[in-house]
Amino acid sequence: MKKSKIAILAASALMLAATFTGCANKAASEGNSASGNTITIGGNFELSGSAAAYGSAMQRGVKLAVNEINKNGGVKVDGKKMKLKLVTKDNKSDNSQAASIATNLTTQTKASAVIGPITSGAGLAALPNMTKAKVPLITPGGTQDSLTLQKNGKVQPYMFRSCFEDSFQGEALARYIYNNMNLNRVAILGDKSTDYAQGLIKAFKKEYKGKVVVTEYYQSGDKDFNTLLTKLKGKEFDALFVPGYYSEAGLIVRQAREMGITQPIVGADGFADPKLIKIAGKKNASNIYYTTHFDAKAPANDKVGKYLKLYKDTYGDDAGTFDALSYDAVYMIKQAIEDQDSTNSVKIAKGLAKLKNFEGVTGSITIDKDHNPQKPVIITKLENGVEAEATAVK
Amino acid sequence: MQILQQLINGLSLGSIYALLALGYTMVYGIIKLINFAHGDVYMLGAFWGYYMINQFHVGFWTALIVSMIFCAIVGVVIEFLAYRPLRNSPRIVVLITAIGVSFLLENGMSYLFSSSPRDFPQAMQMVRYHFWGISISNIQILILVTSIVLMILLQLIIKRTRMGKAMRAVSVDPEAAKLIGINVNHTISFTFALGSALAGAAGVMIGLYYNSIDPLMGMTPGIKAFVAAVLGGIGLIPGAALGGFVIGIVETIVQALGFSAFRDAAVYAILIIILIIRPAGILGKVTREKV
Repeated sequence: MKKSKIAILAASALMLAATFTGCANKAASEGNSASGNTITIGGNFELSGSAAAYGSAMQRGVKLAVNEINKNGGVKVDGKKMKLKLVTKDNKSDNSQAASIATNLTTQTKASAVIGPITSGAGLAALPNMTKAKVPLITPGGTQDSLTLQKNGKVQPYMFRSCFEDSFQGEALARYIYNNMNLNRVAILGDKSTDYAQGLIKAFKKEYKGKVVVTEYYQSGDKDFNTLLTKLKGKEFDALFVPGYYSEAGLIVRQAREMGITQPIVGADGFADPKLIKIAGKKNASNIYYTTHFDAKAPANDKVGKYLKLYKDTYGDDAGTFDALSYDAVYMIKQAIEDQDSTNSVKIAKGLAKLKNFEGVTGSITIDKDHNPQKPVIITKLENGVEAEATAVK
Repeated sequence: MQILQQLINGLSLGSIYALLALGYTMVYGIIKLINFAHGDVYMLGAFWGYYMINQFHVGFWTALIVSMIFCAIVGVVIEFLAYRPLRNSPRIVVLITAIGVSFLLENGMSYLFSSSPRDFPQAMQMVRYHFWGISISNIQILILVTSIVLMILLQLIIKRTRMGKAMRAVSVDPEAAKLIGINVNHTISFTFALGSALAGAAGVMIGLYYNSIDPLMGMTPGIKAFVAAVLGGIGLIPGAALGGFVIGIVETIVQALGFSAFRDAAVYAILIIILIIRPAGILGKVTREKV
């Protein structure tokens, strides 16, 4: 009696599984296409939780782009103009939510492309479901190098980003310090405990033509850098490179300046937070250089002025980094659809991979073989806690 | 000259560990409990100082004293709610409760005030003095001097007052102390108040020194202060002070020698070595436990 029940259960489970795999197979061979006259774009956004600040910036940028495209007639496919429809869902800054929303947007909403999540961790969580459905995902903020690569080193076919990756900015910094600032000796004080800082150090050392005088390490959460800085002060160097996040970098800037280390301090996008200046103190936050993705002071092209005005008119606030990257992500999708002349998600992914010299507000973007955008890096300089100048470096 | 400079760095770091270690050691001395929530009381002290200076625009010294009082109350409340009901339970139960209280404070504060670091208001202008090729800031001097004054005060309280005498009596034998009319509960509360007040003072001074506080700031210093207490001989007040300075200087030396990545490892290695070679600590007398 019991055995037969189990057998029935097993049989029905098998049947169910067969139906599901049937569905999946069908989706896998085709991907999603637009039905009717609208192309659906999914938004997997961090609208609440710890990354909500980034997620809502992403939503503002994406909405701005979608509305603008629709106002200007839409996307041209097969000789006719199609409108974009945006469906957004809140992943609550949670990796498992991000993964299930990826499934929802691809199988229920039938989105042709999805923007978000914005963090590398959530992006990694969402990716398997996107790949299963063969729908491309563009993250505006996931900078982790390994995000677009599979374990075996091959590229993830459905993962793209509109921001540059960590090693890219490390290399750009190395070039900027050597070529533009003409500094030949660098001391490094880096975070030992994050992949982010490790990636930056590796990329920097590979690209820098001058001499790395000394490399010292700290741990995330450290507060006292006096010992390390005292030691560095005794060495001869022209610039101090601090790969890490603003919470420790702010303290390093402060303690270094108080100790009388006056050399330029350079960092990556981990510096790009107003808290850095607050922790370091306005007076100390001088002669600081860091990389960013977007800066109103260094417009990449004439699109930027228009974008800044549109953003200000719509939201009454100044545009920031992540809304600009998200705005570009939507236009990248539009470009891919028009290049491929198709709304099919597999085709869009192909189009994204082939994107060349695409002019976005964050600069001219060419997607390389690892799905990383080749684009200019902006270097911002702080003087007395205020952004003094910004330059774009190739 | 760099050696002298590093020594100053080590001393100011060590004095904070010493202040924290005193709290561990006093509580251990009296109820044989490692109070793992101690580092989080230090965090609460920093936040209270932050709040006082920002909201009421009080000076640094007022903030320091108010934070000490606040932390003393917090310490007493924690003892009353979390540890007193378990007075007769096995020691491991109280130990786990202490870890629970620590998590509650850390995550509760993260939930209420977000876990991102805040900048501590600059209640005192930093001035640097340069002499003999070294430089020392007025805040470093302040930390060092305040810590030493507080330690002397503590020593006086324990050796010269009736309450101090009661504390010493309870730590030797709580049952006998009760028999001669000492209110054991009051004495334990007083011990928690003293230890927590010192942690509160350390919190405010660290806030001023580094200008950055966050809800998890008590974690690492808490554990290191624990190592300091064990190193000096847990339960012994001079031992805790000595241990704190030693740990601060060891950390500094390890970093100065170029092993910055192994700084924390060195501190924990000391803990392991001391537990193997001399479990009673530097100043501790080796006593056999009576069966």
